[in-house]
Amino acid sequence: MSVLQNILKQNPKSEDYLIETLLSLQDAKDEPCISEEEIADIAEYYGISPTRVSSVASFYTLLSLRPRGKHVVQVCRDVPCYLNGSENILEAVKEALGCDIGETTADGLFTLEETSCLGNCDGSPSVRIGKKTYENLDSQKVKEIISGYREAK
Amino acid sequence: MVELKINNQTVQAEEGKTILEVARENNIDIPTLCHYPDLHIHSECRVCVVEDNWGNLVTACSTTVRDGMEVKTNAPRVLESRRVVTELMLANHDTNCTMCEKNLQCELQRLASNLGIQENRFGSVWEKKEIDDHNPSVVRNPNRCVKCGRCIEVCKEVQGINVIDYMNRSHETSVEPTYGRYLSFEDCTFCGQCSSVCPVAAITEKDETDKVWEVLHDEKKHVIVQVAPAVRVSLGEEMGQEPGSIVTEQMVAALKKLGFDRVFDTDFTADLTIIEEGHELIERVKEGNALPMMTSCCPGWISYVEQNYPDLIDNLSTCKSPQQMFGALAKTYYAEKEGINPEDLFVVSMMPCTAKKFEAAREEMSVIGDDPDVDVVLTTRELGRMIRQMGIEFDRLDKTPFDNPFGITTGAAAIFGATGGVMEAALRTVSEVVNEKPLEKLDFETVRGMNGIKEAEIELGGNKVKVAVAHTLSQARKVAEDVRKGKSEYAFIEVMACPGGCIGGGGQPYGTTNATREERIRSTYQVDSEMEFRKSHENPAIDQLYKEYLEKPLGHRSHKLLHTHYIKRN
Amino acid sequence: MEKRILTARFGKIDPLSIDDYIKNGGYEALEAAVKMESDTIIDEIETAKLRGRGGAAFPTFIKLKALVGEKEKTRYIVCNADEGEPGNFKDRHLMENDPHQMIEGMIISAYTTKAKKGYIYIRGEYDHSIAVVREALAQAREKGYLGKNILGAGFDFDIEIRSGAGAYVCGEEFALIESIEGKSGRSRPKPPFPTTAGVFMKPTMLNNVETFANIPHILEMGGKAYAKIGTESSKGTKLISLSGNIANRGVFEVPFGVSVKDAIAKLGRGVADGRKLKMVQLSGASGPILPPEKIDVPIDFDHDIGAGAIIVMDERTDVVDILLRHAEFFEHESCGKCTPCREGNLHLVRLLRKVQAGSATADDLRVMENLADVMINVSLCGLGQSAPIPLATALDGFGDQIRDRLAQTETKENA
Repeated sequence: MSVLQNILKQNPKSEDYLIETLLSLQDAKDEPCISEEEIADIAEYYGISPTRVSSVASFYTLLSLRPRGKHVVQVCRDVPCYLNGSENILEAVKEALGCDIGETTADGLFTLEETSCLGNCDGSPSVRIGKKTYENLDSQKVKEIISGYREAK
Repeated sequence: MVELKINNQTVQAEEGKTILEVARENNIDIPTLCHYPDLHIHSECRVCVVEDNWGNLVTACSTTVRDGMEVKTNAPRVLESRRVVTELMLANHDTNCTMCEKNLQCELQRLASNLGIQENRFGSVWEKKEIDDHNPSVVRNPNRCVKCGRCIEVCKEVQGINVIDYMNRSHETSVEPTYGRYLSFEDCTFCGQCSSVCPVAAITEKDETDKVWEVLHDEKKHVIVQVAPAVRVSLGEEMGQEPGSIVTEQMVAALKKLGFDRVFDTDFTADLTIIEEGHELIERVKEGNALPMMTSCCPGWISYVEQNYPDLIDNLSTCKSPQQMFGALAKTYYAEKEGINPEDLFVVSMMPCTAKKFEAAREEMSVIGDDPDVDVVLTTRELGRMIRQMGIEFDRLDKTPFDNPFGITTGAAAIFGATGGVMEAALRTVSEVVNEKPLEKLDFETVRGMNGIKEAEIELGGNKVKVAVAHTLSQARKVAEDVRKGKSEYAFIEVMACPGGCIGGGGQPYGTTNATREERIRSTYQVDSEMEFRKSHENPAIDQLYKEYLEKPLGHRSHKLLHTHYIKRN
Repeated sequence: MEKRILTARFGKIDPLSIDDYIKNGGYEALEAAVKMESDTIIDEIETAKLRGRGGAAFPTFIKLKALVGEKEKTRYIVCNADEGEPGNFKDRHLMENDPHQMIEGMIISAYTTKAKKGYIYIRGEYDHSIAVVREALAQAREKGYLGKNILGAGFDFDIEIRSGAGAYVCGEEFALIESIEGKSGRSRPKPPFPTTAGVFMKPTMLNNVETFANIPHILEMGGKAYAKIGTESSKGTKLISLSGNIANRGVFEVPFGVSVKDAIAKLGRGVADGRKLKMVQLSGASGPILPPEKIDVPIDFDHDIGAGAIIVMDERTDVVDILLRHAEFFEHESCGKCTPCREGNLHLVRLLRKVQAGSATADDLRVMENLADVMINVSLCGLGQSAPIPLATALDGFGDQIRDRLAQTETKENA
């Protein structure tokens, strides 16, 4: 059974589980994004139109219809982090990755995104990589963290 | 009942009604944009704000009246808010209004005009986006879209298809099919309901009036036109008359003035459809084959079955629609009879429908070479446009009858335009043919009207037979699901994709609501009741056609010209 | 200055251990509640004057009563844990340090209203919170606090977690409800309110994490005792989130009435690195921006405290930079449904960029003020209604600094 079919089976067959399904599917994949084929399969399973599925998938920022790297690096851009130097963090991340916001590194390992507040303002500046949030960062620390991911592959 | 004041005028209102409803009942207009009768209220445009006595600005469309409420619909704050909201929409809109299909028919334009907007304080943030005109029926122009959501609502809730929806969010919100694809790649049936509710020109019928003007001035072409049953009860509205006005003979006169060589009635081939389809039904019932039989006059429904229920294709009647029977006969029988080379014959249809454009373009709809049997299909709205372009004073036209040989018709054909009409026409004929005695009562009232699914039972050769009628595709889906599951208890099912049937079609005048649909339905049955012949099998011209050309129902020639097949799509 | 009720167990119990919670008084309120009449519970909560902690400050007992009074018997209890407003992080602390008090509050609410199903909608970025709450729910189920015939009291209730997927707007009640239904988070017009037509159009009681977490404590100490804490308008305690250029960032629990100034000075230990205070923003991105002379105000429901965020900004901060960053946040987070918010936030960003670049005119500023006013009054939901608040308030407190950034007018040049 495919990854998607397994995920679909985890919840009752009711379209209110659409977002859960999309999130779980992304988590289960090497590259966190949803493909056109998957949209079609999910639509068929729930008996809804592919348009309805992509409408939802395009609304939420944690979901992506565009291919992304294995690790999505989200740098918080909101005020509490900004007040604590998030601009330097963003520059450091760009430098470490060698790519700009919205881009994926050539090796397909990272995609750089800006994010709205992560709710981690007591540890600002914060960065979320995949499903882990890193706090109290400075340029040096964030570069080391990214190196860690790169070495671990 | 509650008592409130609107603009200092004391009014009584039923509890539960909205401020907008109550204001309009009392001849106080409040401008709206996203609001549309019969559709859910989403209150997204925020144009209809009014001020209440607590100093709040509330949307009139969604706020229910309360006792002691005092509403101001035109306080300076209210007007200023409406202006800002409208300017915001205009700032993200292709405001080249003079070069727009909806010029002078646009609700946004009217709103801006009524608010006296002369400059936009916000400048323009509009960016040109690709237009989808890659199908024969409708054009989707995102440059005009104001994100009011009416098209989404009608596609999702009324038709149950949801081929377009909001994509993305914030100011990047757009209304489009999945992955921004063309409608032709999606499950769109081209019913055009979206185009009929769009307040602006974001979805319109594909305008083909120029093609018609061109051939009308081509000396070599013999240009004939057929007019669908539903157009005669809606064109009047398009020309500014009351909903439900019956304008059959003025319409013929207008078409003559436009320059058509002959003006024919699709009602004629509607009668022919009943003869063919009626016999097909009798045969299927006799053999117990591919039942229930489902009607095939509606191209939106046909696409819907081909896309979603390919397993039910055999249940569809093989009869072409009246439009296509007409086209096939025109290019063969009529051309022969008149001694016209089919290549010089140009067939135009006036239809209430955008899907008819798609139907005419189907490959199968060609009996002579590769030429389409029906060359151009125009909607009621496009016909109105041509009449206005020519400066015809519609109200002053002399009454003119249809031309022959496709001009003698029956009441049974006239009701094809309303939901339940094809069923009723078929029952009139099938019952008399099978039972070999005249019906006591011609009117099958249970299949008439705006209920979503309707039923009737008749006796055929001693057996009781149940039939059903569905309109809108969301209702059709219920019926089709039962057929798929083998749970359907019907022998014959009529489906029309649009609410109310063709009289509520996607090509009908702007502003069509269920209330105007009811008016058109009423007029449709009035036309029927006033006809000399009211059963298709009593149409003498049809009789003549069989004698002269077709020989017999379901015969060899009929099979070739009047029947078709369907294709599994997707 | 602190008064630790909701945070009393923080650090003392293992949040992943329901036994720890029970040993420290957990689920006693529920045990007591199931022996009470529904009306009595509602009375206690009314007496306690508990009001919503998510920002709207709506009296909780009214929601409970409304649900009980509905004809429709399918009812839902929904916990709003979609904490997404910049500067707010107290719900995360509540879930990650002591998740069961929120769950207990929900179960008591379910018992009171005969709701059979609950949802906790947690923002998708709160990976750890989701994990902790998931485990807490499993343990509660195992102990019989969730499921069939809870505590033998003949009522069934269970809770499902729904994860947000990156949309601040889903903190708005109807956007959240739409999201639970598997749709995009686009709000609905009100009325009807969620208590009449919420999740799946059924009566729904929706509250913030902190609101639910208060309920067991109210039942434990009694509504009267609870109402002795705080001020006349605002009873109980409030969790505040201190962030920005402040020495001691974090979540603190204070009785209502403590002043913002004191909270910053005493709990936050003042501006970081000994710098001077430039401004304070209450509530988060959508709250008022105040100059130092205006921060001696009590933390209570009469003072725009929202969900309790206090963002401190030091002398290096530029007010236009902050306004622009907030505007960009709202521009990005608008659901796009209603015109003023969808288009308005875009123009606020454009105009603020002009101000920042020094190319805005006095006319631009007027247009901005006008737009802000319309957005506040005409937007469909709280997002659009509050997005221009920082701008509107900054024009009060820092108007000169903003006007100084306008393009040099001819008269000035001539002078």
